[in-house]
Order: sequence, then structure tokens, then C-alpha cells
Amino acid sequence: MPKRTDLRKILVIGSGPIVIGQACEFDYSGSQAVKALKEEGYEVALVNSNPATIMTDPELADRTYVKPLVPAFLDRILEVERPDAILPTVGGQTGLNLAIEAARAGILERHGVELLGAPIDVIERAEDRDRFKAAMAEIGLDVPRSFYCHNLEEAWRALDEVGFPTIIRASFTLGGTGAGIAYNREEFERQIEIALAESLDNEVLVEESILGWKEFELEVMRDEADNFVVICSIENVDPMGIHTGDSLTIAPALTLTDKEYQWMRDQAGRIVRKIGVTTGGCNIQFAVDPKTGRQVVIEMNPRVSRSSALASKATGFPIAKYAAKLAVGYTLDELRNDITKTTPASFEPSIDYVVTKIPRFAFEKFPASDDTLTIQMKSVGEAMAIGRTFRESLGKAMRSLETDLPGFDWRPGAEAPIESYLSRPHPLRLWYVGEAFRRGLSVERVHELTRIDPWFLTEIEAMIACEQRLASLPRGTVPPPPLLRWAKRNGLGDRRIAALCGVSEDAVRERRIQAGLRPVYKRIDTCAAEFEAGTPYLYSTYEEEDESEISDRKKVVILGGGPNRIGQGIEFDYCCCHASFALAEEGFETVMVNCNPETVSTDYDTSDRLYFEPLTRENVLDLLDAEAQRGEVVGVLVQFGGQTPLKLAAAVERAGYRLLGTPADAIDRAEDRKRFGELVERLGLCVPRWGVARSVDEAFEIAHGIGYPVLVRPSYVLGGRAMEIVYSDADLDRYMREAVKASPDHPVLVDEFLPNATEFDVDAVADGETVVIAGIMEHIEEAGVHSGDSSCALPPIHVRPHVLEEIRNTTRALARELGVIGLLNVQFAHRGGRLYVLEVNPRGSRTVPFVAKATGIPFAKIAAKVAAGARLADLDVEEVVPKHVSVKVPVFPFRKFPGADTILGPEMKSTGEVMGIARDFGAAFYKGLLAADVELPDRGRAFVSVRDADKDLAVEVARKLIDLGFEIMATRGTAAALGRAGVACATVNKVKEGRPHVVDALVNGEIDLVVNTTIGAQSIRDSFSIRRTALLRRIPYFTTMSGAQAAVAAIAAAREPTLRMPARALQDYHAEPTGRPHDPPPSFGRFREAVD
Amino acid sequence: MTVLEPPYHGPALLVLEDGRVFRGLGFGARATVTGEVVFNTAMTGYQEILTDPSYAGQLVCMTSVQIGNVGTNPDDEESDGLGAEGLIVRAASKRASNHRSTADLPAWLAARGVPAIGEVDTRALTRHLRTRGAMRGALSTESTDVERLRALACEAPPMEGRALAHEVSTKEPYTWRDGVYHVDGTKPVPAPRFRVVVMDLGVKRNILRCLRSAGVEPVVVPSSATADAILRHEPHGLFLSNGPGDPAALPDVVATVRQVLDRAPDLPVYGICLGHQVLALALGGATFKLKFGHHGANHPVRTAGTRKVAITSQNHGFAVDPGSLGDGARVSAVNLFDETVAGMTLADRPVAAVQFHPEAAPGPHDARDFFDTFVRALEAHAVGR
Repeated sequence: MPKRTDLRKILVIGSGPIVIGQACEFDYSGSQAVKALKEEGYEVALVNSNPATIMTDPELADRTYVKPLVPAFLDRILEVERPDAILPTVGGQTGLNLAIEAARAGILERHGVELLGAPIDVIERAEDRDRFKAAMAEIGLDVPRSFYCHNLEEAWRALDEVGFPTIIRASFTLGGTGAGIAYNREEFERQIEIALAESLDNEVLVEESILGWKEFELEVMRDEADNFVVICSIENVDPMGIHTGDSLTIAPALTLTDKEYQWMRDQAGRIVRKIGVTTGGCNIQFAVDPKTGRQVVIEMNPRVSRSSALASKATGFPIAKYAAKLAVGYTLDELRNDITKTTPASFEPSIDYVVTKIPRFAFEKFPASDDTLTIQMKSVGEAMAIGRTFRESLGKAMRSLETDLPGFDWRPGAEAPIESYLSRPHPLRLWYVGEAFRRGLSVERVHELTRIDPWFLTEIEAMIACEQRLASLPRGTVPPPPLLRWAKRNGLGDRRIAALCGVSEDAVRERRIQAGLRPVYKRIDTCAAEFEAGTPYLYSTYEEEDESEISDRKKVVILGGGPNRIGQGIEFDYCCCHASFALAEEGFETVMVNCNPETVSTDYDTSDRLYFEPLTRENVLDLLDAEAQRGEVVGVLVQFGGQTPLKLAAAVERAGYRLLGTPADAIDRAEDRKRFGELVERLGLCVPRWGVARSVDEAFEIAHGIGYPVLVRPSYVLGGRAMEIVYSDADLDRYMREAVKASPDHPVLVDEFLPNATEFDVDAVADGETVVIAGIMEHIEEAGVHSGDSSCALPPIHVRPHVLEEIRNTTRALARELGVIGLLNVQFAHRGGRLYVLEVNPRGSRTVPFVAKATGIPFAKIAAKVAAGARLADLDVEEVVPKHVSVKVPVFPFRKFPGADTILGPEMKSTGEVMGIARDFGAAFYKGLLAADVELPDRGRAFVSVRDADKDLAVEVARKLIDLGFEIMATRGTAAALGRAGVACATVNKVKEGRPHVVDALVNGEIDLVVNTTIGAQSIRDSFSIRRTALLRRIPYFTTMSGAQAAVAAIAAAREPTLRMPARALQDYHAEPTGRPHDPPPSFGRFREAVD
Repeated sequence: MTVLEPPYHGPALLVLEDGRVFRGLGFGARATVTGEVVFNTAMTGYQEILTDPSYAGQLVCMTSVQIGNVGTNPDDEESDGLGAEGLIVRAASKRASNHRSTADLPAWLAARGVPAIGEVDTRALTRHLRTRGAMRGALSTESTDVERLRALACEAPPMEGRALAHEVSTKEPYTWRDGVYHVDGTKPVPAPRFRVVVMDLGVKRNILRCLRSAGVEPVVVPSSATADAILRHEPHGLFLSNGPGDPAALPDVVATVRQVLDRAPDLPVYGICLGHQVLALALGGATFKLKFGHHGANHPVRTAGTRKVAITSQNHGFAVDPGSLGDGARVSAVNLFDETVAGMTLADRPVAAVQFHPEAAPGPHDARDFFDTFVRALEAHAVGR
């Protein structure tokens, strides 16, 4: 059927901030959907609270709303936009849930909008586990036995039926939030409580365990004409019991016979039809008993998913794009296969390689949390690798992770009880499997312990055998070419080969190239080479024939950001995509390199050529050499993808390739503490006092010289990894022993800490001569909280013009001195009338997309053009200061990590961010918090417990809260301070003071807002349960005074009529006249003393 | 010099008639074979493919890279040992892992005398065949003499004009009793309601199983069976099977089919693959050779006049020329990859055939209703009789 002509305008719902279980893949799917709908001539409006996305670029959709994804805001957007339909199936679980809530609240009906892709009853049938189970029973399909419960009593009855171990799941949640496994009654009770709290409907499912079975997923599509295709089969190498997002997975499925696979495919077709998904993509999960082949259905998602993004990248078949087209009435046979151009989309991709997806974890950020993997997803990112065999694919996947384990390097101590590490799933289990084979365990034994299919184990055993063969050569020998070739075909990287043979990576590379052992590049073409592929979507492999078809154009190579992790996420992918778009505009052939399957950068549509490769020295140099065979590699862009490509800058330059923009030496001058010290001295700038400690004694010496508190961290890190503020010799001693142990090659930096300073982030673009300030952001949280974890406002709220001028001048001076060509980020702290330079990063920063959304100027694009030689003067760019306030609010994964403290510090812990925009700060912060799923109370009781230094501010905050109608409850010390100031409050016990205490009050629902600041390890430990309880009970909490002050401003603003004014799109904000840097700053609603 | 690890037993060679050489490692039987080299893009079902008699005279390259992973088992045999002459893969599995497996692939191949070559750049071979067309080749797991193998490849008979169906057909008639395999291991069969003669041109067992599961008792007759011999069984219908080789090289079979059509005008006559081509020839049509054929499990076929697309299993090197079909015949289905004829029906008679494989094995089951349609034709015919 041709497309529908009764639709004019369609609203697409995005997925909001990056959280565990919902990452860049929905930027990829959402952007594709928006483009696909626009291509069909529809007007497209978009709502998404995440500013770091490509999809919220104002030029993508016709109308872009960066708003909280809650029904009230959707209502107001619908009011303004009056779309004919909503597409809720490309925005993850968030998109679906918002659609359900809006439908239940009657909002969709009131505006007369239709849901495309999945009507409400379909979503409910798929998502409500009881209804899903009933539907499966009706078509005679096997599902694990399960019972639907609404309270603990019902759960106990269900337990009698299913027995231990028991799976507990919450309905309508994302990434298995609230799900768990219970082995005894105590765990069971706790898991039920967690699940009840997480479920949208207060419903949980108590389910029979099929732990240890094999797990498969099918990514399927269906159209209006009932045509059904399987795009990709995915096999989880890790068995049932580990969330698929946390599992090593491969495509295609490799341990099913055709009879079993086709049975699964048939069931998938029946499920999709029974649930009633008429158009679009779905994901269906199956478990298979390896002993009998019995298949049971686990679940289905009636929308595009993380797996469908993976499937799209794994096959070259863009599921979200076609899902959008099917949603408006097309059938699959009417759509062309993008890659072959000649065949229709109504077919099933055939793949002639093996794809491996490997999860990336961040447990090191949450040290108190158990790293056992279970049915609730905990990984923060993933890498995908492509090889012609499982071995090659797995080897590349391991290297793509960038965990400094480029192969099966990691070995536990000889005393490690390897069997218990194999039977418990955890992030390093794959490496333990390798170690098990080194120690001579049999495939059978490892299978018994891990339940990983023996086929995969046999392949891993062969990889280990290959490693051991290399290790058995005389030490210091580079393997002879036949052995080297065999090692490469077994998936071993040069660096791993070098380590095994005791030679340098350079020696291996040199020998390899001498012997003509270079990878060839093959294409991902959806059809296993049956038809010609027009799209250069490439991966490396050690084979005979090369299909790269290098062009003779002038080209630039953009190195992407690799797997998401805390500290490096979608913001850098945004920058890389913009660089690609900009350089294409400049007439270059754009070559993208990345290994993150979730991203827009790895969409083969984004750049002229795409290399899906690990971002390692070996793979990057190999492909640069390949590209340099014809045409001209004008340069390599490393400054847009975060730390990952930056680490490769020196190697790229050494290999004779030019870096675009800022040279590697400038990066080094900014990163190397000693050289940086010389730089600031030369410019006469003020920095916190600092020293470099290579031993515990040195650390003490420096700390005593500066005076506590000091900020300590290993050098050369991103995201504040292992960064801490220490207040005493004991703290420092403990830190030095842990940190130095953690990274023996790198010294530890000891910095003066500036308590209560106000921090600023500045992004700028420089061309070697001119420097343009892109944005100055004021942090809401004071110094000591990692900049990625601090909310920030653009423009700054509390700064006098002369301070802003000093910030600008210093930024310009730094850019000129470093010779920055491209992007620059500077972090400042202001305290006691002095401006300190904390950090200079001559590269794209996390805030670049936020600044672009706030100002309406695409700074990443401009910087890419500048890096490639354009002049800022010719590009007509200058600093603008918006007349509205944009607030960036971070989003944290604490709920996913039982036992983790929510206190903010110098180590970054947030996974994503949202943005609130309004006329004044309070309203913008209110929207930002709401978008981050923090709903501030309008009335009720606030609990205040602060450290001594904050007592004055606590009085001010408490007064304002009382003015707003709140009651105050405080712990004894704080209550005394409030009492002295004449602020009325009730007193409550600290936890250690006996019951009833504050946690009892939190649990009993007597507290609606928590303000809790602490200092020192003991006091942090004592107040941990307050923060954790507030988190689990969804009670808004603030762990800094400036955060609390801002929250009070937001609560006040929420009562103003401005929040109920018609919704405004980014395009509306950007069309407003902007101020110039020297205009008098407007009053944005100050909530604290201005910096002067 | 190469590193050898199981299941490989030594160097192996594939030499094409145009001189292109692929070096790899041998597994399965130690032998030298020749045939037309074709590639198959199915991602599951190598055992069914290897035992499909339609691959007689061919060396099959699997584009799917990991082969041997699920071993072999008796229920996945599509014939008793007929099929591909040799196998070409990227990576042969060291170990088979599936609860259904009874023997690993290398041992199974060795037991049948079929040689296989692994560690080949199968994608390069596939691209070569795609651009140059299917061609003859010689595969050896014992000889490393490139020139000799090339000579052997050139001496091998070309596929055009080969009447391979007679070579693989049963010599004696027999009745088939098993139904299709269910994932729980059962093969339930209903009581037979109809008796159908299946002309064995290289029949896949799953066609027989599908018929049997649909309530049809298949009486399988040799490709040389005469019209008299067929009609003597008093069948409720005639089914023309799949098979290898060039349909145009089977004038005797075509003549037999024409006689049956003439003598029993109401008799339902259905066909699959080579059966489809033979039927077209019997109706006065013509066939031609495709450049590299259709071999895979992902071919979209649209039923004429609808938007309904089935994903089908296909395996053929020849196709029916739609322009050659007479007025009575109608193209009922089209392959959307290249718009070739995927099926035809007669307007006024219960005669229908498809170029693809509704019985799958391997491949999707989307077109299984072809057998139901056949049964409905048998029912209508039985009422008339």
C-alpha cells in the first residue's frame, strides 16, 4: 500500500537521557525515523529531553521540543502542534510508557491523535506480563510458569507454585529494572519489594527459573499486508539468567539446527500476529533447553530496541527507518534495500561474517555494589565487532572495549578459586574462561560451571591454544609469517601477540607488514555478496580479497568515541557526526571509524565511508594505510570523540598522518601536568597549588605543603576516574595505596581543593587567530563535584560582567598559547575574588551539544570546518548570549547498583543528561529535574541535615521552604542552628541515635524532600542509609547546599504561571533575538550570592 | 606452510575452469571431485543442503561462515546420500554442539566420501561467481596439482544439457510413511486420505514428509516411469519433484507429463522446482539458465495480484521464460530479487507449480500452504471422481 495521505503532521517521541538499558541506540533509531518521515513529506515534531542527541538538532525535525517526557508536557506540546499521529515506537521503553500514560489520562483522545506502529492495546498486551502469558497460552506457546502479584501475600502464594530459584520481574520497566533472582525467602521478600516499587502499575511477576538455558533473540518486522521477516537472529553466548544487555551476544545464531531455527521463526510470526503488532519492528526473546531443545518464549518488545539497533548494524538493514515507513502505510516490498539499491526490503538479510557484541561495565565507579550479573541490566555501554569467524570477531570485540585487556591478557593469581569465578557471572568471566583453559580445565567442566555452549567454549579454547603456541616460542622472537597469519586469523591483536612473545607492538607490526600480512576490508551488504553493494560499510579481516574500493578523493578520517562508558558517551558521538556533516559540506570524503553499534556515527548513512573497527592503534593505522593507497588522506580528526581517539593522536602522527586542527603536542601540553604548569605560569594564570606524587611519601609531602583538603587522582583520566577529595593523612594513605596499585605506570596528581568555589565550564572554538566563546556555563554544584555530574546553567546566573570578561580573556589566551585549532574546553573555579584554571582540554567536550542546543549555533560543525582549514572570520560566527536560561541536569544510575552511595564527588557517576529551558533559572531547573525523573514536591516536609560549614546556608534554605509552605525536620545539630536563627523545625534522630530515626520517617512517607550534606568518611557512612532510602523511595534529595538552593528556586518557579504557558520549541527559542557578551546580564532569578 | 588444527587434515585446493585458484585446508573425505560451483546464502541447514539431490553435479559454497557447528543427525537427511559432490566453507567447526547431533560434519562427510575445503575466502569466491557466473571447478583434498585440477574442471560436463534427474532418481517405486519433524522430536502423521504419485526427479524427503503430514500417501516412482505406469497407481494427483540438472535435457520426462496431462485432464498436477520447469516445458514453454542461479533461504516471492510476500527457500540454476507460457498458463508468483517466474498455474485446471521450495528444509515455512492448496485440489478432484 502506498503511504497514507490522511496524515500531515507526526510527533515522534524520543527516549530521554542516556540511562542503563537505554542509550544512544534510540538517538540512532529516532533520527532515522524522523529523517524517514520527512523524506515522505510529513511535517515532523519531536519531543526528547536529551540535548546530547543528533535527533534534537533543530534542523532535523521541523519542530523540536526539549521537554520532560511526562504527560503534562506532552499535553501542552499536542496543544500547540496538533499533530495527526504520534510515533511512540522508536523512543524505547520511555516512549512507549509515555504513550500509555498519555492514553490512560485521556490526553491522546482529547487531542484526537492516533498512535502509529503500536496501538495501546497492543503495547499493553506485549508489556503486561500476565496478558502476554495469556496470549501465548491461547496460541499454544510455552512460557515459563509465572504468577502476577500485587503484594507480598500474593507473592508468597506464587512462590509455593514455582519454587526456588525464582525470577522476579516488574511490569513496564526498562532494562529489567526491579528484576532479580531469589534463592531464599529473605532474598525473595526483598526482591518483591524492589519490584513493586519499580513497576509502573504496582505489579510484579513471580516466575519459574530457566537459568542456564540458551537464550536467543529474533529481530522481526511486519507490515500492513501481514508480511513478516526476520532481520537478524542473535544468540546470547551467556545463558539465561544474565540480562541480554549484559551478555556477550553474537549474530547470527550458531547453535541451532535449521529445524529449531525455523520453529522459532514460525513462533515469532505467530506471536507478532497474536499480539497484534501490525507494522514495525519487534524483538522477541526465546530460551532453549540445551538438553531437549524445548523452546519457551521469554518476552517481546513491540518497538525498536537496543537489539534492533545492533541487528541493523550487524546486517546493514536499517530497522527503525523501515519501521517508520511501514507505520505510515508502506509495505516491505514497496521499499528498496538501501545497500543493494536493486532488491526490495521484503527479504531476510544473509550474513557472511560473525558479529559479536560485548558489554562494557562500570562497577569500578560503584565500589560498594556487587558485580554479579543478573537479570537486571548493569552495563553502561557496548562495543560490536565484525570478523569472518567467531574467533576473529571475539578477539576484535575484546579489543574494542578499551579496558586495556586487548586479548585474554588478564590472569588471576594462581591461588584464585577459578571454579567459583566461573560459576558466578561477572564482568571478567570471559577472561576467567580463558584462564580456565590455560589451566587445563576441559570444555565439559567449563560448560558445567558457566552453562556457555560447548561450541563457543571450544572456539575460545582454540584461541587460548593459539596464544600458548606463540608464548612457547623463544622469548623475544616475533612469530614467523605462517604462525603470525594463523594468529591474526584467530583474532589476536598485534599488541597481544607482542605481549605473548615478549616483543614490542611495533616489532610485530613491522614484521607483519613486511610479510604482506595486512587486513583486507569486506563489506556489510545484507546479502552475503549475492548482489552488488553500493554502500562502503566495511570491516577488516585477514582474507584474500579486498573490497574497500578506495577512492581518489581528498578524505578526512574521523575517529569515533568507542563504547559508551561513564564519562564518555553520546555527546562525543554527536560531535563526530557533526564533524562528518560539516566536512562533507566542505567537499571532503568523510571516513568514520567507530565500534559502538548504538550510535548515529555508525549509521552507514552518516559518512561517505564507515569502518566498523576497534579504535586501537593497530586497526586505525591499518585502515589509514589502506585509505592512503589512493587519493589523499588530508587529515585525521581526533578531537571530537573524547579520550578514545585522543589516546591515538600521537601514534597517528608518528605514522606520518596529519592531525586535523590542534596538534598532538598541544594536547600533551594540556594533559601533562608539568608542561601545563609551565604554560599557566607563562600566561600568569592562577591555578590551584599542585604536585605530582610517585610514592606515598611524596604524596604526604605535597599534601602537607598545600594543606588539606586536597584533590587526588591518577594522571591522564577521563570522567574523574578514581578522583577523590581527601581530608586527612589516613584518607590519603588509603587512597595512595589503592590508586597507585590501580595504575602503577601513572603517577598521582595532588591538587589544592577549593571548598565552596563556583565552577565554570567554557567551550570555545579557535582557528589559531580568532577565538570565539561558544558558551560559558555556571555549575550549580560547587567545586568538588565532577563537572559531568553537576547541573549547569547557560548563561551564568550569578556572575558579574567583569568576571565573565576575565573568563573570556583567559580562555582566549589559553587557546592562542596552545595553538588550538578547533574545539577547546576550559574549566574554571572562582573563589575569593580569584579565578583559577582547573583544566584545559583542547578537544570537544561533553557540553558541546548542550551549548549548541542552548545557543542555536552548531559549534561542533564550525569547529570541524576550522580544523580542516576554514577561518572563523569567514564563517561569520560570534559569541551569543541567549535571553533564556538553559539548564543541563545529569542523570544517575544509582538505582541499578544496590549498595551504591548517591553522594556526589569528584568521580563522575552520571550516565546521561537532560535539558530544561525557560525564561528564568527556577523554571528551567524545575523542567530539567522533572526530565531527569526528579519530581520536586509542591508542599510537605523537608528534612535538613547539614555539615557545620553549611549551617548558615541551611538557615536560608529552610526559611525559604517555610515561606513556600513546607515544614522542616532536622537532625539535632542542624535543628539547633535553625533554632538559633529562629527557624521552627521538628527534630529527628540520626540513624545511629536510635529509633524512630530519619530513615523510619522516610520509609513512612513523612518526608518529601531531603537536604543532606556531609563531610568526612565517617559522617558519609553514617548518613548513607538516608540517601539510599530517599533514592529507593523516589524522594528528591540534594547533597550540596547550592543544589538545595537551586531546588528551592525551582519549587518557587513551579508555582508561577510561566510553566503553564504554551510549549515552545527549540526553533522558537533560537529565533529570539540574542544578547551580545557585553549586554548587561538579564536577571534570571538568582538564588545565591553573585560571584564578584 | 600452514598451521593445521582439527578438523582439517591437510592442504586442499579448489580450481575453477577460468583458472582462479582457492587454497584452503581439507576435511571430510580425501578425494578429488568436479562439478558446477554454486554458492548458497542460507544461514542454517548445511546438512539438508548437502543431501538435497538437486545439488548433484555441484560443489556447494556456503556463504555462512561457521559450518559444522550443529553436527549432523538422521532427521535432517534429505536423501540417502545423494546430493552435493563437494563442500566449500570459510571455517569448519572443531566441535559440533546440538542435542540433535549424532555425528560431526567432518566424519559424516568422510563416511559419504564427500571432500570439503575450509579456510577459503568464500566471499571472494561468491563475488567471483556472481560476476562471472556459475562455472565448473575441481576440488581436491589429496592433490595439490593446480594444472591437473584445472584440466579436470574443464573436462567436467557443463550443467546445460545434463539429464542428472535420471541419475539420482529411485530405481524402484516405493511408498513414503514419515511426517515432518517437530521441534519436540515427534513426527505425527494423520491417516492418509489421498494417494499421490510423486515423480522422483531427485526428490527431497521433506516434500514427501510435507505431503504425508497433509494426509497424502506419496507413492514415489522413478523419473523413467511412463504415463501408464503412473496412472496404473490410480492416483488422486501427480506431484513432480525437485531435482538437479537442465530441464531441457529431460524430453522423455516432459513427454510423460504431457501424456498424463492429456489423458487425465482433471487430475491435479503440482510441481516444485525442476518439477515446475518440466511442467512448463510440457505446457509448451521454455526454460533458460540463470547466471549464478538462486540458492538460498531468503528469496522474497510475491503472489501475483497481491501484496503478500513469502520468504522462500530456493535452489535452482534454470528458470521458466514467462514469455513462452501459453495462454492457459498464468504466472502466479514472482521472485522479487530479479522478477523471474516463481510459480505458475493453469486457469482452468488443477495444475500449479512453484520454482521455490515450499517444503523448506532448510529455510522458512512461509509457503507451506502450497501443500494445503494441493490437498484442496485433491479434495475437489476426489469429489468430482
